[in-house]
Amino acid sequence: MPLLELREITKAFPGVLANDRVSMKLDKGEIVALLGENGAGKSTLMNVVYGLLTADDGEILVDEKHVKIKSPRHAIDLGIGMVHQHFMLVEPLTVTENIVLGREPGRFGVIDFATARQRVREISDRYSLKVDPDAKIIDLSVGMQQRVEILKALYQGARVLILDEPTAVLTPQEVTELFRVVRSLVDEGLSAVFITHKLEEVIAIADRILVMRDGAVVGETTPSATDEIGLARMMVGRDVVLSVEKGVSQCGDVVLSVNDVHIEDDRSLEAVKGVSFAICGGEILAIAGVDGNGQRELVESIVGLRRPTRGTIELKGNDITRANARASIEAGVSHIPEDRQRRGLVLEFNIAENIILGDHREPPAADHGIMHPKAIAELARKRIADYDIRTPSERVLADSLSGGNQQKVVVAREIGRNPELLVAAQPTRGLDVGAIEFVHTQIIRERDSGKAVLLVTFELEEVLSLADRILVIYEGRIVKEFAVADADAETLGYFMTGGGGSKLAEEQESKPVESSVAGGDK
Amino acid sequence: MNTSKAKSSEGLDWIAITQKIGTPVASVILAILIGSFIMWVSGYNPVAAFSALYQGSFGSPKAFGDTLLRSTPLILAGLGLAYGFKANLFNIGAEGQLFMGGLAAAALGLALAGQPWYLAIPLLLIAAMLAGAAWAFIPAILKARIGAHEVITTMMFTYIARYVVSWLVVGPLKDPGQIPQTRLLPVESQLPRIQSLFSDATLQAMPFLKFGRAHMGILVALIAAVVLWLVLKYTTLGYENRAVGFNPFAAETGGISVQWTTVKSLCISGALAGLAGAVEVMGVHHRLFDQFSSGFGFTGIAVALLAKNHPLAVIPAALLFGAMSAGAGTMQLVADVPQKIILIVQALVIFFVAAEGIITYFLKQRQKEVPSHVG
Ligand SMILES: Nc1ncnc2c1ncn2[C@@H]1O[C@H](COP(=O)(O)OP(=O)(O)OP(=O)(O)O)[C@@H](O)[C@H]1O
Ligand SMILES: [Mg+2]
Repeated sequence: MPLLELREITKAFPGVLANDRVSMKLDKGEIVALLGENGAGKSTLMNVVYGLLTADDGEILVDEKHVKIKSPRHAIDLGIGMVHQHFMLVEPLTVTENIVLGREPGRFGVIDFATARQRVREISDRYSLKVDPDAKIIDLSVGMQQRVEILKALYQGARVLILDEPTAVLTPQEVTELFRVVRSLVDEGLSAVFITHKLEEVIAIADRILVMRDGAVVGETTPSATDEIGLARMMVGRDVVLSVEKGVSQCGDVVLSVNDVHIEDDRSLEAVKGVSFAICGGEILAIAGVDGNGQRELVESIVGLRRPTRGTIELKGNDITRANARASIEAGVSHIPEDRQRRGLVLEFNIAENIILGDHREPPAADHGIMHPKAIAELARKRIADYDIRTPSERVLADSLSGGNQQKVVVAREIGRNPELLVAAQPTRGLDVGAIEFVHTQIIRERDSGKAVLLVTFELEEVLSLADRILVIYEGRIVKEFAVADADAETLGYFMTGGGGSKLAEEQESKPVESSVAGGDK
Repeated sequence: MNTSKAKSSEGLDWIAITQKIGTPVASVILAILIGSFIMWVSGYNPVAAFSALYQGSFGSPKAFGDTLLRSTPLILAGLGLAYGFKANLFNIGAEGQLFMGGLAAAALGLALAGQPWYLAIPLLLIAAMLAGAAWAFIPAILKARIGAHEVITTMMFTYIARYVVSWLVVGPLKDPGQIPQTRLLPVESQLPRIQSLFSDATLQAMPFLKFGRAHMGILVALIAAVVLWLVLKYTTLGYENRAVGFNPFAAETGGISVQWTTVKSLCISGALAGLAGAVEVMGVHHRLFDQFSSGFGFTGIAVALLAKNHPLAVIPAALLFGAMSAGAGTMQLVADVPQKIILIVQALVIFFVAAEGIITYFLKQRQKEVPSHVG
């Protein structure tokens, strides 16, 4: 007996048919993976189920009864919980407060916190989702925050858990942990819909796989009946190269040199404690590390969003330590920020306006303060075509693009600028396999044309397939340097989690890493 | 690409426009209905009242002239507010900048006695804009440097401005006479009435040109609206203003200085408010006294809200508020409805528009924490 059934769900947006008669079933204790290209309509479908959007047509059945889900509240009452890719927690509140928010136990408007904490404990013990009920959200890691979101759904009595790209922001360790949690939930009788672009995850966790393309379901399969290559073909409709070929790095002059920089984070704690490295033209240098080990601050100071407290940063011999973002862009630095919605895009701007952000003072977008709408539209259309951004027109608001297509807008703008140095933080976050292949090819092309690339990512696979040289950052220090040929996922993971110990870190402090350049051939 | 499924998006803009216009129009209609109900309950005839209001605001060329007269400073103040709102800045103290603009125009006008109009008028307008911008500059710097909220600081500067003007018109700038006001501006510094541009014969032949007291300030206001619209749409200045208003983090990442944009935005807002003060002094009163503005800076807030911060929409929004204050007298005279009732209708319009504004504002605040598109 299906717990949840969708029949012929149809949803159109202006100019786009996002869901085209989509049907699916979800049984008790089942995990269905929803797979599809960026803009295929996965989030739209799940937002319909969660009551955030209303379908134009079609039926939803819960426990074989017809329902019209009007709001998330209603969905929750029906036992449907959703964890969005971007969390919806109230940062200054505690874990308990967030979980019970909207459903606080107590009487006469007085919240009974003892009972609340007790219940949160019960649930977290039952599903072994360990989390400190009194911790403030703002102090938790992304993985922990996601756990709180799941706890919240469980507290609200979810029987169906929708996870929209839950692993896009997680480190490999956190992904493993999430899988364990989801499996134990399913053992307890819950069901889950799992959206992800990572094919190995689909194979690892799903019972059944539904593939969407252009708003419609184009196929259904099971992990045992297919493999990653087969899935990719079903999804994209052609063969996809899952790891991009690249030649030997031809190292030119030093483009970026970072010399013993110390950087403070927003709380004025030292996040980067004396880091030195250099990147030459024609080289991709990856900084690998678990989130929160100083990467963010390091990136921000290179692109002019944060000032180091000590040390210098040079671009092609010019000191850019104190440059602001504008000077940094003008000096030839491009930046793909890790959070596209916060730093990458103005969601209320249309695609064309977003494509010129940062270049909006220069020809062809403008000169002498006057903008050229025709040239801007033309440029935007070129980027849309080159980067396969799925949208009816360049005048569509960034807000109404699918997550992956938003990411493509940022990537198109930053690589399209043709920079001397590309600083790419999580450049393929939320992209489908086809788009990842494309972006990787672009990054390698940048390198091959003599540009320098600084890649900051949690994706070890991305590090291993793109980088020429790898630095491992741990607690604000570079603890290890590898030529890519000498690195593998295990060793990297070992150093990323502090396996190198503090001895290495101390060594590092006294003797900045030589900018030895390894010609990795892979 | 799935654009094969995409219909042309040409016609779509109309949907968007209708949606945008929808709430303001609905607010106005709702306000009129509830206003009518209040009149009816209080024993007045709402139909008679509103037709008298219409007569008094659009019923004759002279009445229309009156509406234009009152709309002129509202357009300018509303534009200033709208420009600030676009950068997420609430220049609640436009009234203070308006006072400084009026003061600058009056003082310079008196000093420039004997100069030809084509020199005097532009100079006065420019001086008023500079004065308004200057009065907004200190709150702007405080906001950009230490984050002091502009709602508090611009409001405080409004009090200062009013006291400065009050003191000047009883003191240094006082007309030798009983009344606390400055001397009359020389004619060269006055904005002429519209009907004074036509010969008596023309007016005889075309009586619909007899716009009464309406003056050329309306032209200044209309030009300002078009210019501001162009600035927002076609200049990097306007682009940066909007970017900072929508998402300061992305703007900063794109090399836009949020602080500098804040300063520019508040100063431009202040310049427009200053211009509103100038046209009131140069076109209506021809002198400065401490009550020369009937809260145009504050009504400008409502105008900007009703116009949803669109520079061109500011024009009809200001006309509506102008018409209500122009027609209120006739309404009392003809339908025997107290003028104060129109204040209720005005308040209701503001309430409904603001309620929508407040709701979307909070939604937006939430969206800042919770991205609306979860993909
Ligand atoms: N609010 C909206 N307004 C207009 N179009 C929208 C809106 N939301 C989604 N769309 C469009 O619907 C289509 C499907 O979007 P959806 O977010 O469901 O894709 P997705 O499969 O989740 O993609 P991704 O993997 O990139 O997250 C896209 O073409 C998108 O542009
Ligand atoms: Mg999505």
